[in-house]
Amino acid sequence: MADRYAHYDVLDKRDTPSWNDKTRQVIDARMSLREADAGIGEARLATLRRLVSRIAPQPERHAPANTVALLAHKIVKDEGEGFRPATLPRLRECWLRGLDAIEAEAQARHGRAFAGLDAERADALLRGIEAGETQASDWIALPARDFWNWRVIPDIVSMHWSHPSLWSAMGFGGPASPRGYVRLDVNRRDPWEAEEHGDG
Amino acid sequence: MAEDDADIRCAGGRAPDPLVPGGWLEMREYGEEPVDFVIVGTGAGGAPLAARLAEAGFSVVAMDAGPFWRPLEDFASDESHQSKLFWTDDRIVDGDDPIVLGSNNSGKSVGGSTVHFAMVSLRFRPDHFRSRSLLGYGADWPIDWREMWDYYREVERVLHISGPVSYPWGPKRPRYPLRAHPLNAAADYLARGAEALGIDWAETPIATLSAPIGKAHPCVYRGFCVTGCSTNAKQSALVTWIPRALRAGAEVRDRAMVGRIETGPNGLATGVHYHRGGQWRFQRARAVIVAGYAIETPRLLLASATADQPDGLANSSGLVGRNLMIQLNQAAWGQVDDEVRSYKGPPSLAVSEHWNYRDEGKDYHGGWSYMSQGPLPVTWAKTLAGGRGLWGRELLDEMERANHSVGLKMVGEALPNAANRVTLADETDQYGLRIPRVTHSYSDNERAMMRHATRFMEDSLKATGARETWREMGDTCHLGGTARMGFDRTTSVVDADCRSWDVPNLWICDGSVFPTVGGVNPSLTIQAIACRTADRIVAMSRQGAL
Repeated sequence: MADRYAHYDVLDKRDTPSWNDKTRQVIDARMSLREADAGIGEARLATLRRLVSRIAPQPERHAPANTVALLAHKIVKDEGEGFRPATLPRLRECWLRGLDAIEAEAQARHGRAFAGLDAERADALLRGIEAGETQASDWIALPARDFWNWRVIPDIVSMHWSHPSLWSAMGFGGPASPRGYVRLDVNRRDPWEAEEHGDG
Repeated sequence: MAEDDADIRCAGGRAPDPLVPGGWLEMREYGEEPVDFVIVGTGAGGAPLAARLAEAGFSVVAMDAGPFWRPLEDFASDESHQSKLFWTDDRIVDGDDPIVLGSNNSGKSVGGSTVHFAMVSLRFRPDHFRSRSLLGYGADWPIDWREMWDYYREVERVLHISGPVSYPWGPKRPRYPLRAHPLNAAADYLARGAEALGIDWAETPIATLSAPIGKAHPCVYRGFCVTGCSTNAKQSALVTWIPRALRAGAEVRDRAMVGRIETGPNGLATGVHYHRGGQWRFQRARAVIVAGYAIETPRLLLASATADQPDGLANSSGLVGRNLMIQLNQAAWGQVDDEVRSYKGPPSLAVSEHWNYRDEGKDYHGGWSYMSQGPLPVTWAKTLAGGRGLWGRELLDEMERANHSVGLKMVGEALPNAANRVTLADETDQYGLRIPRVTHSYSDNERAMMRHATRFMEDSLKATGARETWREMGDTCHLGGTARMGFDRTTSVVDADCRSWDVPNLWICDGSVFPTVGGVNPSLTIQAIACRTADRIVAMSRQGAL
């Protein structure tokens, strides 16, 4: 798809009335997180990197998001939303076991690391987890579909679309406080909103 | 001067002024000597009671497990960060259709979930207070709708609700205090769809200012409403009832987690054990009001079991924790040529209550309303990933079309079902308290309502030229039940005054007392019940009947 907002960057508004101090502080801290500092271990980090790259690709014409780092920190700090289905353990344990299970699944299917699978094989493996059709014994105690629906998808997607690059790519206005918006009507935009360029 | 989010702020004779950066309000403190009322929870149920009872001259301590925010300096324009407003302590969800908790059915702040609610402020249809007698389903409320109508009016005034000049459904109601907000593009799509299908729509009565009031500016249409309003246009309990309660002499204790209600040898409540500042403490009180919403309220009652009340406090009926009701939150979405940019403005500026007021043409019981939508990026990405199974390149491409996406979402009435319930799991939380287990399954009635509603909303979108329409079937919102009010002690937990049948100095006042949930967002009704309960307590006190 042609990038409709290639020339738009939410971060250009960082020092305008659209961002308050608290927002600057929160976003700066988020963008500074690094994968290596999370302490999740190199093997699991490699699995996580490959997983994130398949579920949540980077936008083509905006700076890459540090989604892997955000998720790795969330896992290590066990920052769940609190609720979880009876079939799954808490966030950190769930993710660590889940990453190991994905790796075991790759070994069972292809005899090699998940991080080394090509896109086609990696996606086929992930579709298996999504459908609950798996081979590795790790999934007996960690139901694959529940792991997918309650952890993999919401957690990766939440981290990815918490990054300003993804906001820019979709033409989202981004942070808006104290300045909000004036023009609310169909096909109207304020000067501080993204201008859309046609796909043609 | 910047305080940490984790700080206790209500202490030393002062509490934060939520409307002023770094500001403080004087606060009376009672220590742990007996007070007239200790209130557990400061949301839509607890906050109006704290204000109204303090104003009536009672000594009141209101506790909340969450922090006391000053939105102007504490709130970021950011979905992820603002999840600090949700209840994120451990909970287990199970049943055939386990419910997602957090954003649209919990809150952990002074002000409760009203700090991040969508502000939609609708009245119940009058007949829905007597659905068993008049419509043949659910349960009757022990309160007459005309009485509720008066309390709705009081709450609408306190919250400065902005709304339409005339409301298309139900008995005539007075003008809303403030003018309606302009429609955003997403709301315009609802209006045009409704007109094409020949039904009424209205500007949503909504609890965000359309004119300056006191220290608060009008809404600036920033669109982050459900992640917390950082400009204080939103009329949450935090900025309305709580300052009023403090001025009237109530004490608010932030970051105070109540773990157990203590009872004396006569079976009456004597106070609450609460955890604050790293230790367990005890607040003595002549009466206890529980206002923790539909999960924490039954959890606390069940955890307060005694030798005399082994199944939980106030639970001789066996109904504490039972009849948990969600509200259906299914949606229809589509793509349009117009730039909609639904991130601007409150997410639900237009509403239709047509199917709350019309009973013909349904193959199910109950009512529903639907509203325009404005999902922020994380919410929208989760909607597409969860609702359509998109991930990878497909998800990224779809997200990049978000400014042309438009949707309608229902708030639908689930029926009471005793099997849907809150119980205690064996696992314990950071306080050493047993965590709640929330069990939920849909019935056929809900499935039939979902089918009808999503088809209707999809037709509305198509009538406005939307393409590639699809139905989101998974979502739920709001909670009710679990400590229902009723006409007698065997079929309900509290009476019409929200007073426990079993423990006369124990009151329950929040969404858990709802016998039915109707097809409208619950916050206005919870606040109306709280105001009524306050009046009843004052009246009974005068008669020596407390």
